[in-house]
This record gives sequence, C-alpha cells and structure tokens, in this order.
Amino acid sequence: MSDLALRCQDLVKRYDEVVAVDGLDLAVRTGECFGMLGPNGAGKTTTVEIFEGLRLPDAGAVEVLGDQWKGDGVALRMRLGIQLQETKFPEKLRVHEVVRLFRSLYPRGFGVDEIMDRVGLQGKASAQVRTLSGGQKQRLSLGCALAGDPELLFLDEPTTGLDPQSRRQAWDIVEDLKTRGRTVLLTTHYMEEAARLCDRVAVVDHGRVIALGTPRELVASLGAEHVISFTVGGAGSDGVDASTFQALPSVEEVAHDEGSWRLTVGEVHRAVPALLAALAERGAEPTQLATHHATLEDVFMALTGRKLRDD
Amino acid sequence: MTSPDRRPVGGPLRELTRARVLELIREPEAIFWVFVFPILMAGLLSVAFRARLPEALPVAVVAGAHASARATALSASTEVAPRVLSDSEAKLALARSQVLLIVSDDDVPSYIYDSAVGESRTARLAVDAALQRAAGRADAFTARRMEVAAPGTRYVDFLVPGLLGMNIMGTGMWGIGFSLVVARNGNLLKRLIAAPARRSYVLAAQIASRVIFLIPEAGALLAFAYFVLGVPIRGSVAVLAGVSLLGALTFSGVSLLTAARPRTIEGVSGIMNLVMVPMWIFSGIFFSTDRFPVVMQPFIQALPLTALNDTLRAVMLEGTGVVPLLPELALLATWGLVSFALAVRLFRWQ
Repeated sequence: MSDLALRCQDLVKRYDEVVAVDGLDLAVRTGECFGMLGPNGAGKTTTVEIFEGLRLPDAGAVEVLGDQWKGDGVALRMRLGIQLQETKFPEKLRVHEVVRLFRSLYPRGFGVDEIMDRVGLQGKASAQVRTLSGGQKQRLSLGCALAGDPELLFLDEPTTGLDPQSRRQAWDIVEDLKTRGRTVLLTTHYMEEAARLCDRVAVVDHGRVIALGTPRELVASLGAEHVISFTVGGAGSDGVDASTFQALPSVEEVAHDEGSWRLTVGEVHRAVPALLAALAERGAEPTQLATHHATLEDVFMALTGRKLRDD
Repeated sequence: MTSPDRRPVGGPLRELTRARVLELIREPEAIFWVFVFPILMAGLLSVAFRARLPEALPVAVVAGAHASARATALSASTEVAPRVLSDSEAKLALARSQVLLIVSDDDVPSYIYDSAVGESRTARLAVDAALQRAAGRADAFTARRMEVAAPGTRYVDFLVPGLLGMNIMGTGMWGIGFSLVVARNGNLLKRLIAAPARRSYVLAAQIASRVIFLIPEAGALLAFAYFVLGVPIRGSVAVLAGVSLLGALTFSGVSLLTAARPRTIEGVSGIMNLVMVPMWIFSGIFFSTDRFPVVMQPFIQALPLTALNDTLRAVMLEGTGVVPLLPELALLATWGLVSFALAVRLFRWQ
C-alpha cells in the first residue's frame, strides 16, 4: 500500500462563473492528521466533497486510499468515515438508534456502546436528537463518522459554531483517533484548531494551496516569531509611515490595515523600545499596543493581507 | 448508561426501515392523520348520511280561501306535512329548502317546486294524489307494499372503500414525500449515501416502512367499518389485502417521484397537492365518478386512485375476485412502476 492516503493533482471545480477549486494539489500521508486551513469560500468543502466522491471535479486526478471513484463507490466508502459540515439527524430518533443506523451501513466497526463512549454520549443514549445541544449533535455526527472504524476520516469544519467547551471535547475525540494511527483530513477556519490537531497544514485561499507545512514550519516561515500590533495617536501621527518602522531593530515585516499597524519581529525586547523612541521623535505615541506569539493567523495575513475570519 | 437496545445491529435495509418506522410512530400528527382521521371521517359521514326513516315531506299551503280545506286533506296523507303560510313566507321557505313544494291558493291549485330536487318531485306526486282523492277521485286499486332494506347500498357502504383508497394514497404521499425532503434539506440523504448506504436501500426502506404502516392503518378503518358501521366485506380478505398492498406500492412510487427533486417542504407540498387534489375530486371517494360528463371519463378512469377505489369497492361490496379486476390492477401497477423508474432516474441526493 502506498504511504499516501490521499492525493490530488491539478484539481479544478467551477460553479457557473465561480472557480471554487483552481488547480489544487495535495498529498496526505497515511497516519497523519492533515488540515486545510482557509477562510469561508476558499474552496475547502468543495475539495473535501470531491475527495469523498460526492462531487465530480471538472479537471484533475484524485486518489483515495490508492483507489479512484467509480460507480457508486460503496466498497471504497466502507473504508472511509465522512462527516459533512451540517447534518440534521431525525429529530425523534434516540442517540443509540442513530448510531445503530449508521453502524449498520458498515460491514465492520465498533459496537454501538463503544461509539457512544468514544464521543462521550453514553449518558445520552436514550435522549432524542431534538433534545441535544449543538455540541452534542456535533459529537453524534462524529460518532456516526467513526462507526465503521475508518482508515481515513474526513471532518469538514467539525467545530464551527460550537462553544469553547464543546470544541475542546471534539478536539479530544480527534486526538484519540490520531493516537490510534488513523488518517484524518480536516478543514477549518480556526487557526487554533489547525495548530493543535494537525501534523501538517495546507493554507488554502481562492481554491489554491498557498502554503504547506507543519504549523511550526509555517509560523517560522514568517522569519520572526512575534507580532507587535498598535495604532498611532498624538500630534505627529501624520508623519508616520511604513519607513518609520522598517529600519527598526529585529523588525522583519511591516503591515498596515485600516489604521492599525502590525510588525513581525524576532525579538520583542529590542523592537519595542526602538518603536517607542521612533514614535516619540515624531511627536506621536502608540495606543492599543499589544504583542503576541506569531500564529497561523499571522501566516495567513502575511500571505494574503486579509484575516482568516471576518468576525 | 449503555444502549438500551441489546439486539445485534441488523443489516442496513432492516435498520433503515426500523429507523423510519420509529420516526413515524413518534409523530403524534402522523398517528392522527393515518389512524384517527379516516375513522372519524367514516363515523361522522355515516351519521350525516344515515338512511333516514321515511318522514313526512314538508310542503307549504298558501293562506287564503282554500287553505284550511287543503291543509286538512294533506294532513290525512302520512306522506306530507303541510304548513299554512302567506305567499311571501312560502316563497322564502321554499328558497331556504324548509319546504319542498308550495300549493297555491288558486281554485285549481298550482304546484311550485324545483323539479331538479328528487324529494320535491316525490312531494308533488303525494300532494297531487291527496288533493285529487279529497276532491273525489277514487283509487282504481290499492297496491300492496313490500319494503326492503338492502345492506351494502347505503351511503356509508359506498364511502368506506373510497376513504380507504384516499388514505392509502395520502399516507403514502405525505409519509414518504415529507420524510425524503426533510432528509434532503438537512443533508441526511447525502450523509447516508456517503456513509455508505446503497441508494436503493434508502428508497426501499421508505417503501417498506410505508407497507408496514398499511397493516394497522387499513386494518383499523376496515375493522371500524365492519364491526361498528356494518359495512360488508363480501370478497376475499386476501384479495382485499392484496389490492390495498398494490395501492400502497403504487402510491409509494408516485410519492418518490413527487419528492425526487424538491429541496423544501413548501416545494414538495405544492407538487403533492397538484397530484392529489384532482384525485380527491375525480376519483370517486365521496361520490361516484359517473357524476362527471362522459368526455372526462377517459381522464378519470386513467387516474390511479380511480382504479384503486373501483377495485376496493368491487371487492368489498360486490365480492369480485381478482380476474375481472385485472385491467384496473394492471393500470395501478403501471403507474407504480413508471413513477418509480422515473423517480430513481431524477432523484436528487444532495
């Protein structure tokens, strides 16, 4: 068996005038948790649904577990676990009945109790779906995707819309799968999620991969580990421009967006005093000054000049 | 807590069907429309259209010189009940159907009535006979009367097979159609296919659960009709069950077709009404299809519900066997197969 669980080349998908996927290449290794990180509308879901055999690409080749999609693909699907972005399970069915239904679709897999146990719903076995919280429904959905003990699991935005506690519970479930050597492909627009769960991350924008690597490598690619953000006030603020900051010690990159400045820097303790001095010299002063460790969000901003999320 | 259901997990078709049945029986509205409504309808309509004891027909006698003599003469007949009213009151009463006929106060009376109303025509004969007799006409002879009450010819006997047919259509259409559209709308169909359920199983489970429901549904209505209303079941129960089953399968096919494309409940409701309303009107549920003009008959006889109602009536009321019903049964089967084949071709899974 190939050591690649999933591969695609030159993938293209258009919807009328819109190009959702624009020549995308990916290779996911067996046993890794691979993340596709990008904003809404980046083409993540379309790409995943092509991998899942639910959509046909307009161009490009896809290989899933060394196989290709043909016919109804039932034999190949039996080896996959698929969680769609939003599934409404029948409201009047109980949790154990839904799990039992999905388990019946696979020739092998976990027991009904074991599935509920894995996603922490054993206490809700007899509850009807309509009484579950958003997080519980999402965990039920995860459980159904696990039912056949899949070799390759697709999770499309598994934590979108969940509260922080539910999100952490979902992360625990994925981490449990990782320790059991299963391959996971997950899409997300939460950089914390990608950073915590994924061995490798592809940053996707406008239907293309714009960066690829481990979360650490991606952050390191910025050339500096910290970000200083601030706005400028005071009488001399008009005299401030990018050149004011570019020459400062250990500053790697300067970005300006809607009045706020972001400096990517190697060493905060050298950059900040120099920054304050440079501003004071021009009769300006910093407001809302903050520093943080560079994240995948900063990587995305450095690559696209936009934020991952609008909110 | 562990799963309260210790049975081993069954095959996909069985579990898909089981899930669908569980979903249906937990829906109180479904239980009402499937089980309670047809029985309620049969009960209420049998009361409204019960065979009335022969009662005197109300007629008006216009006040005037002849009024009291005529009223007395009419009172002597047991068949009419006269009331003396002024001319305008009488006309109002006729318009309101409170009386069936007006006897004028002329020396030679006029009868004012609507000849389209059967009871008014009867009233005319009875009034005329009574007044003629009072005026001195002698009967040439007095015929002996032999009255019979033939069971199986009441309105309710006609109605019950029609209600059964209507219910077989309705449950199949709403039950399957709504459930598929809700599942499509909530991405559940897509998720099942991805899981991987065979497409044929997902559709077959809908049909199977609908057939399971047929047993209590038709059973309850027929038991009520037979034991409470005294509606006869003259044909073989096996043939009746077979015809009902074929009807249920046919309308499952029609329902899959109506639900093959729509994404919303509103969308599928519209299509279903478009399909069902003509059959409610034309297919002989509440009154005979013979009431419609001859030019419409080819259309009416081609409707699947007409074929189902006709066969149900023939089996229940006339005790007809399978062979004479074969043309209607073939028509039903054709509707079912063609719509099923089209549905599978057109079906939108996501």
